[in-house]
Amino acid sequence: MSKHVLLIEDEPNIIEAVSFLLSRDGYNVSTHSNGHDALEVIEAKQPDLLILDVMLPGRSGFDILADLRGRETGEGIPVLMLTARGQTKDREMAQRIGATRFMTKPFSNAEIIETLNEMSLA
Amino acid sequence: MSRDTLTGSRIRERRLIQGMKQADLARRTEISASYLNLIEHNRRRIGGKLLLSIAAVLDVEASALSEGAEAALLASLREVAAGYPDHAIELDRTEDFAGRFPGWAGLIQGLAARQSSLEQTVVSISDRMTHDPQLAEALHDMLGAVTAIRSTSSILVETDAIETEWQDRFHRNINEDAKRLTESSQALVSYLNSEVSDPQEVTTPQDEIEAFFMRHAYAFDDLEQVADTQGAQDIITTLIAEAVDILVSTSAQAQVSTHLSRYWRDAQLLSSEALMDEISKVGLDPARIAQTCGVDLGCVMRRLASLNGNALTPLLKDAGYTLSEEGLGLVVCDSSGTLTFRKPLSGFALPRFGAACPLWVLYQALSRPMMALREVAELKGREIAYFETLAISTPLTSPQFGAVPLFEAHMLILPLASVNQNETRTRPIGTSCRICPRENCQGRREPSILAGGL
Repeated sequence: MSKHVLLIEDEPNIIEAVSFLLSRDGYNVSTHSNGHDALEVIEAKQPDLLILDVMLPGRSGFDILADLRGRETGEGIPVLMLTARGQTKDREMAQRIGATRFMTKPFSNAEIIETLNEMSLA
Repeated sequence: MSRDTLTGSRIRERRLIQGMKQADLARRTEISASYLNLIEHNRRRIGGKLLLSIAAVLDVEASALSEGAEAALLASLREVAAGYPDHAIELDRTEDFAGRFPGWAGLIQGLAARQSSLEQTVVSISDRMTHDPQLAEALHDMLGAVTAIRSTSSILVETDAIETEWQDRFHRNINEDAKRLTESSQALVSYLNSEVSDPQEVTTPQDEIEAFFMRHAYAFDDLEQVADTQGAQDIITTLIAEAVDILVSTSAQAQVSTHLSRYWRDAQLLSSEALMDEISKVGLDPARIAQTCGVDLGCVMRRLASLNGNALTPLLKDAGYTLSEEGLGLVVCDSSGTLTFRKPLSGFALPRFGAACPLWVLYQALSRPMMALREVAELKGREIAYFETLAISTPLTSPQFGAVPLFEAHMLILPLASVNQNETRTRPIGTSCRICPRENCQGRREPSILAGGL
């Protein structure tokens, strides 16, 4: 059975490209594009893997992840965080609040597929 | 070595400028060349008749040889040395050094001035790069477009059997993103070219407002003189219209209009003449002035900040303040802590973007409304500078049953010559965390770029 990936990202063309890519690689992809109600969407969809952008309209990806990790239903979801800033402090923050992996934009297609495959096997 | 012992160096310098041989000067002043040599190397004191004689031969005033023009240079060298307390600098030989090597001394002075200027530039640019919302948004937008293009183009290149419908869609997406990338990168280049090349240039509405007030030295005589509302409004409209080169944004124009309306109302309540009269009686005591004149403390602080420092100085002799022409500093913030009015002072910089130092007494005032608070603040720059900071938080609106009032806080900044011995404690503060060198500060939100020194 294919793994369900939820992609939370506000750039429509990134959503389209990554969704296409992951679908072709056998993932079942659903998407969401704002931070306001992202937690509710995650809880409702219960994805196997979550790709979460840091800079989202309404609420930052860091805040969403911190809240998610505090919830029983969100504790075990592997999360790949995407950010346009590759600063060390962002990586440290992501690790501290419970991100499984961290990736800086712009990333390559091979990089994101490889990372997700590793996460889904872990 | 005292300063008058540099007389010999000055004699030597003058002689060399005129191309006169040491032996010639010695002969014409009827002393031996070896004795003149000792004088010129500051090994022998000189004064009286011989000094007058040498001055006459060199065609200069004797005072030019005995007093020299190095006072400013010596002060600068000592100031530079004070900034490096860990270096074993021979302060007691500063004058000797300046006298023997005036070129090197001048170079140190020049380099110190340049370093100071560059530090200011670094601080200003760092502040902008870190907190400038326009820059952050532009970079985020560009990276988003680049990511989408990279991912989409890779799909087109690397995917073997891709449906025509998807191909068309991805081509369209790449075209859109390329266009977006072009626009945002052009906007970014234009922004950086015009702004970062000169960090003091006007960039945001807050900058525009500050530039406007600085142009008028924070005082508006015309508004002080007019008594009727319509007259005041006409002057405000004219002032804004005359500043279109600075007040570019409608936001800045609207905010300046609000500030000037308040300025006029304040001047109606407390004229400059009445304020100066009170200061001459009670000194620089805003609370007493407020009580005597029947106005609130915030109004007194705003009025005090509009006064020229040169006018205040004669009234405040021996009061311990070091007022320059710029006078007193002032910061006003709303209930969220956002600075709504800024009048910076030399040595007490105010952040252009982002939040200020949480240790300011201004923020203590917000949590203790209606209490007049005072602290002596210690700011660490090249040298430690001290400022008396006075703050009060007052409601913006009249109390109404069932309504929670909005507060604003004022902080008046008075530069101190030194700390009074009776002062029980001073509080080390900064401008904002990013550009504050203080270590082990409980109020720190983020690391400082100055932590390792510049």
